[in-house]
Amino acid sequence: MFKVLYKKELSPGIFDMDIEAPRVAKKAKAGQFIVLRVNEEGERIPLTIADNDTETGAIKLIFQVVGASTMQLSAKEVGESIADFVGPLGQPSLVKPGMGTIVMVGGGIGVAPCYPIARAMHEAGNKVIGVLAAKTKDILIFEERMAKVCDEIVICTDDGSKGLKGFATGAIQMLHERGEKMDQVTAIGPSIMMRSIVEATRPLGIHTVVSLNPVMVDGTGMCGGCRVKVGEETKFACVDGPEFDGHLVDFDNLMSRSRMYRDQETVEKDHVCNIGLGR
Amino acid sequence: MALQLKKHEMPVQDPKVRAHNFDEVALGYDEETAVAEAERCLHCKVPQCRKGCPVSIDIPAFIAEIKERRFEEALKIIKESNGLPAICGRVCPQENQCEKLCVLAHKGESVGIGRLERFVADRALAQQEDVQPIEYAPDAQKVAVIGAGPSGLSCAGDLAKKGYKATIFEALHKAGGVLSYGIPEFRLPKDKVVAKEIENIEKLGVKIELDSVVGRLYTVDELMEEEGFDAVFLGTGAGLPHFQGIPGEDLNGVYSANEFLTRCNLMKAFKFPEYATPIKVGRNVAVVGGGNVAMDAARTALRLGAEHVYIVYRRSEAELPARKEEVEHAKEEGIDFRLLTNPTEVLGDDKGWVRGLKCLRMELGEPDASGRRRPVPIEGSEFELEMDTVIIAIGTGPNPIIAHTTPGLETTKRGNIVADEETCATSKPGVFAGGDIVTGAATVILAMGAGRKAAAAIDKYLQEKKAR
Repeated sequence: MFKVLYKKELSPGIFDMDIEAPRVAKKAKAGQFIVLRVNEEGERIPLTIADNDTETGAIKLIFQVVGASTMQLSAKEVGESIADFVGPLGQPSLVKPGMGTIVMVGGGIGVAPCYPIARAMHEAGNKVIGVLAAKTKDILIFEERMAKVCDEIVICTDDGSKGLKGFATGAIQMLHERGEKMDQVTAIGPSIMMRSIVEATRPLGIHTVVSLNPVMVDGTGMCGGCRVKVGEETKFACVDGPEFDGHLVDFDNLMSRSRMYRDQETVEKDHVCNIGLGR
Repeated sequence: MALQLKKHEMPVQDPKVRAHNFDEVALGYDEETAVAEAERCLHCKVPQCRKGCPVSIDIPAFIAEIKERRFEEALKIIKESNGLPAICGRVCPQENQCEKLCVLAHKGESVGIGRLERFVADRALAQQEDVQPIEYAPDAQKVAVIGAGPSGLSCAGDLAKKGYKATIFEALHKAGGVLSYGIPEFRLPKDKVVAKEIENIEKLGVKIELDSVVGRLYTVDELMEEEGFDAVFLGTGAGLPHFQGIPGEDLNGVYSANEFLTRCNLMKAFKFPEYATPIKVGRNVAVVGGGNVAMDAARTALRLGAEHVYIVYRRSEAELPARKEEVEHAKEEGIDFRLLTNPTEVLGDDKGWVRGLKCLRMELGEPDASGRRRPVPIEGSEFELEMDTVIIAIGTGPNPIIAHTTPGLETTKRGNIVADEETCATSKPGVFAGGDIVTGAATVILAMGAGRKAAAAIDKYLQEKKAR
């Protein structure tokens, strides 16, 4: 059993939760993910690691309630436990000195998994520009944390309530126009946002990494449910990824596959609501 | 008494009924039938059956005990060679092993060795078999076993009996490997059989650490250098599903058999929404492939409510790699076999969902490298089947995580770990490997046999290590 050490609702439906998993916390590297199961009847859900603390043994997760499983997770209180917690999974991000200027673009809760990568990039001596994008300023997350590990922060809100008005692509445009030499862009967030970033960097010839979170069961290469088309190849996000060259990822296919269980998610969420677990 | 040429029938659930439930299909012998079947054994001077058993169970000896109704004795004899008899009695391909070599098989049907093994084991499980824990020496050496599947379980069980402290590291949240995620409930009951057999191994003092992916949480080197293990056994299995590489395999509604079966068996999607993992079947389901896994997937799809389930296989009935019994059960339940048929494309609708399967008819040509006649496409024979779900069951490859994270571990071009056939020793000192990760996808009993061989070799290695 894995204990909940901390929980906070950052904005409606978005949670910040620390889970006690010392072995995982000791090993986690930037860019990796975990798979958890809330209870015996639960499904296995993959979540990207937002931070790890080797002293307290905590792994930080930022998640949005989208189905029954994330709803049940959000209902766990500090001191309660979840059934299973497996990790760290996937290939760590490629981080080394001398990579130049790295732009870390996080959309929505995608800012959270950007944080450990930004930190690692920064510690390796690279220049890191953090781009934090959200619909509106109230749901921006991880601003302070990112500020500590980035040389510069650019904020974009769809409604213009803070920073640049518009999508994260505006930040790439702005950085390009002011003559910033971007050596790599890493984008994490909703597929549609990652796709727009990839389309914005393609004509500029900037190497762009995206971190994918497709439907997954085991997270160790066994089920093949997380297969994605990358260039001419079929890759398994769990063992080959989760990061891939964004310019090669087939986003249409990725988005189509993520809709596979949408009907069931609704059935299931309603089902759980009926027994009074939810919001 | 005249020799009875046929095996005693094993009662089975009615096909029409069982096609809609997940309860076990074959119901097992009762005591009288078991004794009567044991009476058929001729007790040959030079028993052939034993030579066909990958773990060399003393078959005539245990059958003799059944004749005398000394069932505990019979179990003891089986357990000397096989730690998981209730499982092997169900899923071993006996018709290609012990029963194939039985003298009676020349004239009629062999003794029902598998059914007798199952009877003895089930009887003990039902009566809460008394397993004595091992008393370990204070300086007992430690062995890490990677993977709680058939090879890992039998290796750990044997190591415990030899006085070593074995810890199994399992990636999933449940032990059993393919016994838990792959083989369906209706062929191998999970709570009644698999969980109890695993409990018996734990009672010996074997520790099982779930949710532990070796290669990520600890590397093999860390297990030996930092975690204090004196040797490591790798039994990680053939966990990486192959796809055919035809267009449309990325459509929604296409599963690997591994994913389909894992959702249903391990995650209990057949109880959705009580269990949270969803699964989709639709009305028409095609399973591509002809092995036991394909049969399992097809019969599972039927039980999940599919109306029409096809097996699509490119060779003919004679080449079906599945056990004959499984093929017969599948046919009785109404699975539609489309043999000499090869899928060339999964067809999708405008929303990215499967709508059909394009196939070519095949004929058999000259024998290929495997000795089986090569299927050759018949020109212009293309046709389409309407389909909601397509399940690819054409085999699996080795999981890459250990190989990628263990320097000095030699692998084949395909990614299988290279290990000595007799000792299971790998290129890395102190590291042994066996089962599907070495051989490629094979049977439960072969993996168990490898686990046993490895345990014997690890014993020898550790004794020498201690003496040094």
